[in-house]
Amino acid sequence: MSSVTQVDPAVPAGSTRALSERRPLGDRGFQVLALACGLLVLVILVLIAVSTTQQASSWFSTEGLKIFTNNWNPGANQYGALAFIYGTAVTAVIALVMAVPVSLGIALLLTEVVPYRWSRPIVYVIDLLAVVPSVVWGLWGILVFAPWLQHIYTSIASGVDGVPVLGPLFGQPVSGASFFTAGIILAFMITPIVTSLSREVIATVPAIDKEGAYALGATRWEMIRGAVWPHSQGGVVGAVLLGLGRAMGETIAAALVIGSSPAITSHLFAPGYNMPAVIANQFGEAFGVFRAALMGIGVLLFVFTIIINVIARGIVDRSARRKRGA
Amino acid sequence: MTVAAEQSKVNLREPPSWRRTKNRIATVLMVLAFVLVIIPLGFVLFTVIAKGASIISWSFLTSSIPVNVAPANVGGIGPAIVGTIEITALATVMAVPLGILGAVYLNEYGGKNWLARLIGFMSDVMTGVPSIVMGLFIFSIWVLHFGFSGLAGAFALGCLMLPIVIRSTDEMLKLVPDPLREASYALGATKSRVTLTVVLPAAIAGIVSGALLAVARAAGETAPLLFTILTVTTVNKNVFSGANTSLPSQIFSNATSPYVGAQARGWGAALTLIVIAFVLMVVARFVTARFTRYSR
Repeated sequence: MSSVTQVDPAVPAGSTRALSERRPLGDRGFQVLALACGLLVLVILVLIAVSTTQQASSWFSTEGLKIFTNNWNPGANQYGALAFIYGTAVTAVIALVMAVPVSLGIALLLTEVVPYRWSRPIVYVIDLLAVVPSVVWGLWGILVFAPWLQHIYTSIASGVDGVPVLGPLFGQPVSGASFFTAGIILAFMITPIVTSLSREVIATVPAIDKEGAYALGATRWEMIRGAVWPHSQGGVVGAVLLGLGRAMGETIAAALVIGSSPAITSHLFAPGYNMPAVIANQFGEAFGVFRAALMGIGVLLFVFTIIINVIARGIVDRSARRKRGA
Repeated sequence: MTVAAEQSKVNLREPPSWRRTKNRIATVLMVLAFVLVIIPLGFVLFTVIAKGASIISWSFLTSSIPVNVAPANVGGIGPAIVGTIEITALATVMAVPLGILGAVYLNEYGGKNWLARLIGFMSDVMTGVPSIVMGLFIFSIWVLHFGFSGLAGAFALGCLMLPIVIRSTDEMLKLVPDPLREASYALGATKSRVTLTVVLPAAIAGIVSGALLAVARAAGETAPLLFTILTVTTVNKNVFSGANTSLPSQIFSNATSPYVGAQARGWGAALTLIVIAFVLMVVARFVTARFTRYSR
């Protein structure tokens, strides 16, 4: 503030000239530089699409629509990727089924139940969950968690043996590294992002709506269902979709615990494979069409996640804007 | 409506018991959700600390990685630590300034025009691009032409960090009050000068903390490094050429090893990595706490 008074007397003398003067070169240069950095995001996204598609072109051209068949046999030059797409879908759905209710529960706990000073430590714990690197989840998953789960899977499988619907889902064959194990680990990994986004959305519910519900005699749960839920429904759907995108693209943990077997099976406790895992595990020794096929699986993964993210961000942004406008 | 109708029949202060029970069940379920998250987190941290702490020593942190099968007390993860520091630092040097400038465009120049909105939206979308795709991308545009190097790994990590830095910086710049900018313009300062000497310094703590969180995320990434740096067992001081290694890559290769010694070193490396990420997170929190105190 003291500098303002020092400069003040000098202003009238130069001001008329400064107003008519063209902007200095450095100033315009800075603007161009900032614009270039902003455009870098768009440039990188376009470059990703172009360069990876180009590298994958021999897969797309030699296999054609056969890329969506279920025969992955690099030894015999067969590169159908359906098993990986199936595995990606199955593990992502398992992850969502487990992570979404838990994340919504925590988000509601943080926004509607606990007082502010208790919510901070809870947020720290969720952040800590996000800080554990993917590869550490994988290391723990394959060396500790999967062997432990195998016992549980085995007893469940013997229990549901022959039962109509449960048998094909949870029966034999059983392996510690499986679709289900990968789904559980992915659930841990997407919980922080789904929680924090749902929390942001739920926090935009106007206090007056909530107070109105309480004034009518609603209990807290009735208030949540009547005032919070209708208001945040759309945004929560967006948050769930973003979680889905993360679950689909998460690589290393899945590569370690999924079992690495390209199979389309209803058995969730059986070893499987998904798109990021097959790239991570096989790209190192792949050449020619094999490499192009893995690159192409990457292209498909990129396209799927971009579509999901665009839809999800659109929903989240729109619901946030509507709330600000209201 | 039903609530209003019931009010005539029931005690106004106390909702009927089944409603209270339902409310209690819902609250218990919410607390249970949090417990369900603490259990695996505690389990992972406990395992990593229990198995990692016993192996960590100065020689473990500095020795080179054994090439052949070796017991747990032989060799260490020195090259991986050096590699992680080199590559993450290089990625930070590239991504943070570019990201901050990108955010400056969004917030100071673009405002609400279509291009700024598009870039902001696509930055959000870009944070969702799988890290393995970034690895494939750098492999096809860089590694195929110039070979494996720490630099290639840094490019891949930088691509991951860029949108995170843009988004967190953008949020912080939005918090800088407009009167601060207007006062500087009134003194005749140019826009670049206002941005560099008034707006950015006002938001610096938040920007730094956002950047640190991006660094913490990048330091733990394995997938983008798999096909950009490979893995080696000795220290590669030259980050610009030749294969390199990193802590996450080392953990990945040790996790798939059937040998007890390699697995033990994997746990030690995992503990080291978690400690690095945790320290970055705590420092970021500390910086943010200072920032909020000032803004109040």
